Amino acid sequence: MSRTQHNVLPGFRLSLGYAVTYLSLLVLIPLGALIAKSMSLTAGEFWQIATGERALAAYRVTFGAALLAAVVNAVFGFIVAWVLVRYPFPGKRFVDALVDLPFALPTAVAGITLATLYAGTGWIGRFLEPLGVKVAFTPLGIVVALIFIGLPFVVRTLQPVIEDFEPEVEEAAATLGASRMQTLVRVLLPQLLPAWLTGFALAFARSVGEYGSVIFIAGNMPMVSEITPLLIVSKLEQYDLPGATVLAVVMLVISFVLLLAINLLQWFAATRHSGRAAVEPAITLPRTAEVAV
Amino acid sequence: MSIEIRNIAKRFGNFVALDNISLDIPGGELVALLGPSGCGKTTLLRIIAGMEMADSGQVLFSGNEATHLHTRERQVGFVFQHYALFRHMTVFENVAFGLRVKPRGERPSEAKIRAKVFELLKLVQLDWFAERYPSQLSGGQRQRIALARALAVEPKVLLLDEPFGALDTQVRKELRRWLRQLHDEMHISSVFVTHDQEEALEVADRVVVMNRGHIEQAGSPDEVYSNPATPFVYRFLGNVNVFHSRMHGPWAEVAPREQDGKAAEATAFVRPHDIEILRQETGGALAASVRHVQAIGPVVRVELGHQGEVIEVELSRERQQQLGLVNGDPVWLMPKQATVFGEGEARRWAPDWVI
Repeated sequence: MSRTQHNVLPGFRLSLGYAVTYLSLLVLIPLGALIAKSMSLTAGEFWQIATGERALAAYRVTFGAALLAAVVNAVFGFIVAWVLVRYPFPGKRFVDALVDLPFALPTAVAGITLATLYAGTGWIGRFLEPLGVKVAFTPLGIVVALIFIGLPFVVRTLQPVIEDFEPEVEEAAATLGASRMQTLVRVLLPQLLPAWLTGFALAFARSVGEYGSVIFIAGNMPMVSEITPLLIVSKLEQYDLPGATVLAVVMLVISFVLLLAINLLQWFAATRHSGRAAVEPAITLPRTAEVAV
Repeated sequence: MSIEIRNIAKRFGNFVALDNISLDIPGGELVALLGPSGCGKTTLLRIIAGMEMADSGQVLFSGNEATHLHTRERQVGFVFQHYALFRHMTVFENVAFGLRVKPRGERPSEAKIRAKVFELLKLVQLDWFAERYPSQLSGGQRQRIALARALAVEPKVLLLDEPFGALDTQVRKELRRWLRQLHDEMHISSVFVTHDQEEALEVADRVVVMNRGHIEQAGSPDEVYSNPATPFVYRFLGNVNVFHSRMHGPWAEVAPREQDGKAAEATAFVRPHDIEILRQETGGALAASVRHVQAIGPVVRVELGHQGEVIEVELSRERQQQLGLVNGDPVWLMPKQATVFGEGEARRWAPDWVI
C-alpha cells in the first residue's frame, strides 16, 4: 500500500486480516465448496431439481412458516421486551431468564415437547382439537416450533433499546399534549424500528435454518409439511448428493437475498432517523450558521 | 397565568425532597428556583408540570385546582436540561409535534401547522434548519428548538429545568438574554430551575432560593443578594467571609453585646467587596497579612491571613494601584457593612466610620 491512512485505533490490518481469514474458514470456504459441488450439474439439471414440485412445496413451507413465525415473534417479542423493561413485578428475573431458554434447549427436546403438548391428546391440543384447530403434525405446528425458537432474538435485541429510552422524551411528549398511545406510536416505535428489524431478521434467519425441533412436530408429509432442510437430509440419505446441494444453494440464495433486503431496510431506518449518513453534507455548511447561537 | 403552590410536600423514601412548600407565582413573572443540587427545586418544577405527584398539598393554576390534572391537560411548556428532542424527527416535525397530536377537532390544517412552525422557528432564529435532524445541531441550537417546540402549543406556563446547564458559558449568556426577551414578548409565566446564582440574578424577576426542601428566601434579585434572609442565602449567593464574634475580638462590636457576662453566639457575614484594606492601623480594625494577590478581570482578589484563617477581599483595580499590595504586607481590615445573624433576627450593621 502506497497510501497509508492514519487511524487512531492501532492494528487495523492485523484485525482485518484476522476477520477475513476467520470468515473465510468458517463461512466463505464451506459455502463456496457447496456452490462448486452444485456446479457439477448442468444448468438444465440444476433447474429441474431446483424447481421440482416437491422442492417448490418445501420452499413454500420453509420460508412461509419462517416469515409467519418471525412476524408473530416481532409483535409478541416486543410486548415481552416492553413488559420486562418497563414494569416491575415479582418473578421478573425468572421470566427474564426464561426468555433465553429456547437458545439453550436442544431443539429436538423443544420439538418433542411441543409435539406432545399440541397433539390431539396433549395438554393444550385437547382443547384446540374440538375447535377444529390441529397444531401438531401440520404446517401450523411448524410455525409454533419456529415461534418458540425465534422468540429470544426479538426480545434480546429490543430490550437494550427500550432500556435506553430517555424518560424525558416521553415526558416531553406528554407536556405537548400527546396521549400514551400517540407517544408510543409517534415517538417510541419509530426509534425502535432499526432494532426491531434486526430482531425480526435474526428470528427469521434462525427459523429458515431450523431443523431439529420442526421435524418432530411437522408430521413431514411431502407437499404439505415438509421443510427444505428435511428434504435435503432425505436426499442425502438416498445418496443424492447433487440433488441435496442444489436445494442447499437455492436456500442459500433466497436467504441471502432476504437478509440483504432486511439489512438495507434497517440501514435505511437507522440513518434516516439519526440523520447521520443520509444528510452528511449538511455538516459542511458554512460556519456562519453557528454564529447566531 | 398565575401559579399557587400550597403546602406541597414530597418524599422519596426517607429523603424529604419538599417540606411543606408554599409559593405564589403571579402571572407574567419570570421566576428562578435557585439552590444547590438536591434542594428540591427540580422536584417542585416537576410537580408544577404534573410529572411528579406531591404527597400532600395543592397546585392551583389561575386559582383553579390543578393538583391531579395529567401533564397533558395542564398546558405547560417544559424545557429539559438535555433537550429531550425527538431524535427521529426533523426540526420541523419536532416543533409541529404538539400541533399534530391534538384531537382531530382542534388540529390545525397542514398549512396552518406549517405557518405556525415557521413562525416559531423564525422566533428562535433557526428557520433554515427546518429539515435537519437534532443530531446535526449544536447544543444551543437544540435548546432553542426545544423551546420552540414547547411554545408551539401556546402554553400558559413555561417551565425550564436547568435549561442552559449543558451549554458552554458563551452560549449560555447569549441564551439567557434571549430567554428574558422571549419571556417579555410572549406574556406568559415562566419558572426556571438553576443552580447558577449568576444566571438567576441576571434573568429573573424574582429569585426563590431553596435549600433542603425549604424556601430560604424569595425576592427580587437585588433583595436576595443585598439583603439575604439567612446565612444559607448569604453563602449561596456570592462569596462571603464569615466571622464568629468571639474569635475576632477587635470586631466584637459586630456581635450582640455580652449578656450576663456570656458572649451571645453570633456570626457576621461580610462580602469580599465590603471589606476595606488599610495600610495604617485604625481603631477596631483587624490585623492581617497579605497572602496572595490576583487580578481577575475588573477586580483584584486579595487573600489575607488572620490568625490562621483566610479572608477574601475584592478591590477595584484603582484601589489596588493606590495600595500596591504585595505578598507578606501587613494590613488592617475594616468592614464597610456586614450582616450579623444571632440567635434572634438578622441585623444589618455598618460602622459610622467612613474612609
